[in-house]
Amino acid sequence: MQISFTLNGRPTSVDVEPATLVAELLREQLHLTGTHIGCDTSQCGACVVHLNGLPVKSCTLLAPALDGATLLTIEGLTGDPGSNQMHPMQEAFRQHHGLQCGFCTPGMLMTAVALATEKPDLTEADVRHGLEGNICRCTGYQNIVISVMAGAAAMHAAKGE
Amino acid sequence: MKPFAYHQPDQIPDAAKLLTSIEDSKLVAGGMTLIPTLKQRLASPSALVDLSKLGNLKGITDDGATITIGAMTPHAVVAASKLVQTKIPGLAALASMIGDPAVRSRGTIGGSVANNDPAADYPAGVLGLGATVITSKREIAADEFFLGLFETALDPSEIVTAIRFPVPVKAGYAKFKAPASRYALVGVFVAKFADGVRVAVTGAGPGVFRVPPMEAALSGNFDPSAIAAIKIDTDGLTSDIHAEADYRAHLVTVMAKRAVEAALS
Repeated sequence: MQISFTLNGRPTSVDVEPATLVAELLREQLHLTGTHIGCDTSQCGACVVHLNGLPVKSCTLLAPALDGATLLTIEGLTGDPGSNQMHPMQEAFRQHHGLQCGFCTPGMLMTAVALATEKPDLTEADVRHGLEGNICRCTGYQNIVISVMAGAAAMHAAKGE
Repeated sequence: MKPFAYHQPDQIPDAAKLLTSIEDSKLVAGGMTLIPTLKQRLASPSALVDLSKLGNLKGITDDGATITIGAMTPHAVVAASKLVQTKIPGLAALASMIGDPAVRSRGTIGGSVANNDPAADYPAGVLGLGATVITSKREIAADEFFLGLFETALDPSEIVTAIRFPVPVKAGYAKFKAPASRYALVGVFVAKFADGVRVAVTGAGPGVFRVPPMEAALSGNFDPSAIAAIKIDTDGLTSDIHAEADYRAHLVTVMAKRAVEAALS
């Protein structure tokens, strides 16, 4: 079937089998391999993308759900347009060493950005609760939580809030 | 996943017709259970009938003594609803504890209730509050709706359209979750109404169930101490790699006390 959606700001139209997962479509058909497949059982969160602004696990989403929707993947997460800067959340992960091997990082970032967008004044408890669906096997989460708090603050400072 | 046809009807009668006319077709709402099931090839339907384009199945309405939640309303919307937070805070809290943020973006109340997973959260809220399941054909009381392991009173062409919840005096939910899946190892919903208390348990057995001795005790004294000594029989409770039946039985009392505390806070 033919589906049309906005992918990282660009109108996109693809022909897909209905039994295609969005994670597969992104990685194999559209060659956007920043979205990682970790557990493939909707538990680890490495594949989180934003569907119409909300975080979803792309390994547990059928491609037809994209029709008419807006999709943001890790490739679309950037700083100010044309600035060649990282997104404030990415910059915070770099500054605070919020990753080791980096495999879970795309999903962590997408979940973190959604959390910070939804609630401007995140507490540490909010961050830990909000990251429940993202598993990291390297860091013990401490630096990830610090990074998300800093990234959220930077996102809202950039907006002048 | 095996290939399947995909239909996105925009009218409920069309969806019901597709469901009955195509052999081995299945409804899909948020897909949080169905898609993993398809991926494991535990189901291989010939067609999926997607409910997301049907009008009027999303949203929450205030009817005074009740609130009605459309079947396709995602958990995140229920959790964040000021109306639900004000009128039945225990139900908003339950929705906020389901899965994780990504699951709550997609998963729907109708899907959860129709699937009737023995460890899902919503069945405890629906049974605990004595809600009414509204379908494309009729209205079904919660006490008649949940029939056991993944079984409900729905007939094969019937579609859940909304759930209507009576507004209680107080209500609370507490769960001990399995750490990876975040399903309820045991979850207990407690609701106090003018004419009595209802206690519903999920996760502990093959389906959601009520606990009459706790209901009687809490109707007399709505306080955690009233049920502290009430033990649940392990007969019929689930034993699996996560917990033995006797541990689940113990957790029912602990979670029921916490649910009452939550309702009182």
